[in-house]
Amino acid sequence: MSDSGSHPVVLAFENVSFSFDTEPLLTGITFELRRGEALVLHGAAASGKTLLLKLCLGLLRPTGGRISVFGEDVTHLREGEWFDVRSRIGVLFQEGGLFDSLTIEENVSYPILNQKRLQMTPSQVRERVETTLDFVELGHTLEKYPSELSGGMRRRVGIARAIATQPELLLYDSPTAGLDPITANTIMALIVKGRDLRSATAVMATHRHQDGDILHRYRYDRILNRLVPATESTRTRYLVLQEGRIVFLGSPEEFDACPDPYVAKFASR
Amino acid sequence: MLDLIKSPVLTFQNFIRLSGMALRGVLRQPYYWDDIFIQMDLIGIGSLPVVILTGFFSGAVMALQMSRALQTYGATSQVGMIVSITLVREMGPVLTALMVAGRNASGMASELGSMTVTEQIDAMRALGTDPILKLVKPRLIATAFVLPLLTVIADFLGIFGGYVVACQMLKLTQGTQYWQSAWRALEYNDIAQGLLKPFTFAIVLSLVGCYYGMHTTGGTQGVGRSTTQAVVVASVWVVVLTFVISRIFTSL
Repeated sequence: MSDSGSHPVVLAFENVSFSFDTEPLLTGITFELRRGEALVLHGAAASGKTLLLKLCLGLLRPTGGRISVFGEDVTHLREGEWFDVRSRIGVLFQEGGLFDSLTIEENVSYPILNQKRLQMTPSQVRERVETTLDFVELGHTLEKYPSELSGGMRRRVGIARAIATQPELLLYDSPTAGLDPITANTIMALIVKGRDLRSATAVMATHRHQDGDILHRYRYDRILNRLVPATESTRTRYLVLQEGRIVFLGSPEEFDACPDPYVAKFASR
Repeated sequence: MLDLIKSPVLTFQNFIRLSGMALRGVLRQPYYWDDIFIQMDLIGIGSLPVVILTGFFSGAVMALQMSRALQTYGATSQVGMIVSITLVREMGPVLTALMVAGRNASGMASELGSMTVTEQIDAMRALGTDPILKLVKPRLIATAFVLPLLTVIADFLGIFGGYVVACQMLKLTQGTQYWQSAWRALEYNDIAQGLLKPFTFAIVLSLVGCYYGMHTTGGTQGVGRSTTQAVVVASVWVVVLTFVISRIFTSL
């Protein structure tokens, strides 16, 4: 990461820990993410991936250490103070987290209408929703309800909702979990497209090594309107969690060469 | 032993915390008026049929049961008074609250519970909305507004039910006498407690419903458990509180 020093730090964890009752679920988590970087978060089920993302969003409070988002120490922020920070973060939940009693249009417009930072007229909101849904190729689903869509389509709506406010930091929690390989690749292509068109910082929790591969080996070509192999660094890093501890943090090359048998299970070897 | 006490104490503490945040939230912006009106429609208009039936038949059955006792003492002219006092002070508020607890506290617990287990509450927080203000506050305000109104309707229909039985069916007394004795029996004290009770029950049962919903764990099975707990706890609170409020009013 020779060029990373010139970019401001977007997300920083300093010796962060989280316990539930007396059981430690995350211990000694330390890493830093700069603007435009992508962090691929690997780990077995219940290794703490989702927990780490929830800590980034302030949905849970760490029991130890320090977290800063966009350079601001958020460790002890009160719920009411979090909303300004969260308005700059987009998130795709593991199960999509779509509001099932709202239409797709209402789901995607929800963050736009409910964030004080954004002041838009109804026509601007509608336009933004349409553009965002077109981005995920679901422009025709405005009036539908989440239950009327397939799993892959719901995940795409989730992505649309996450990027609707054009956030600076995007968190993806297992975006391809439970999807067939073709749909999973479509979702990954959208994530890469979002990264390259808007150069947002991203954290992606996943258990599929292909997801990380796509993120660091490909880039989106605007002219061809598809993914092409990346010729220069995509500024991707890997972090591997095992039972709430970091067992690996480094570049894709280091990740592929890591001798640790647990880490190797997530690498494409 | 300590473990046995720990869980209910923790639940109560969390409930008080949520209640504190929700009641403070009532004074805070923003107000989601759409949600408030939707909830009023759902709770108020939605509960109307059940409240009408419960109110009417509780008054009717009371007149029926009282008829023999009053005939024994030759005091059949007092049937209106007995029905109206019992209904306005006690039966109207309690029965209406129990109906709304069964219908709406359970609805709130299951709706919010489903949202909790499908990460919709987390999504809401992540997307810039405080779930207390967006979900709990409208339900609290709507219930506190409509439950006293529903109670008034139930009271009136109960007295009417009593009239049908006492005057039309059993011919215990004349209509005008029934209505006069029912009307004259009521004092400001009765009206006050008859309205304070539903207002208090509304706050408690909506908060209980929302609390169990928002603290749901364990998937769909957990939603079912929360719903049952919400109805049971809300109903128990209604009967406990009616005793407390009645005790306060009788010593006034």
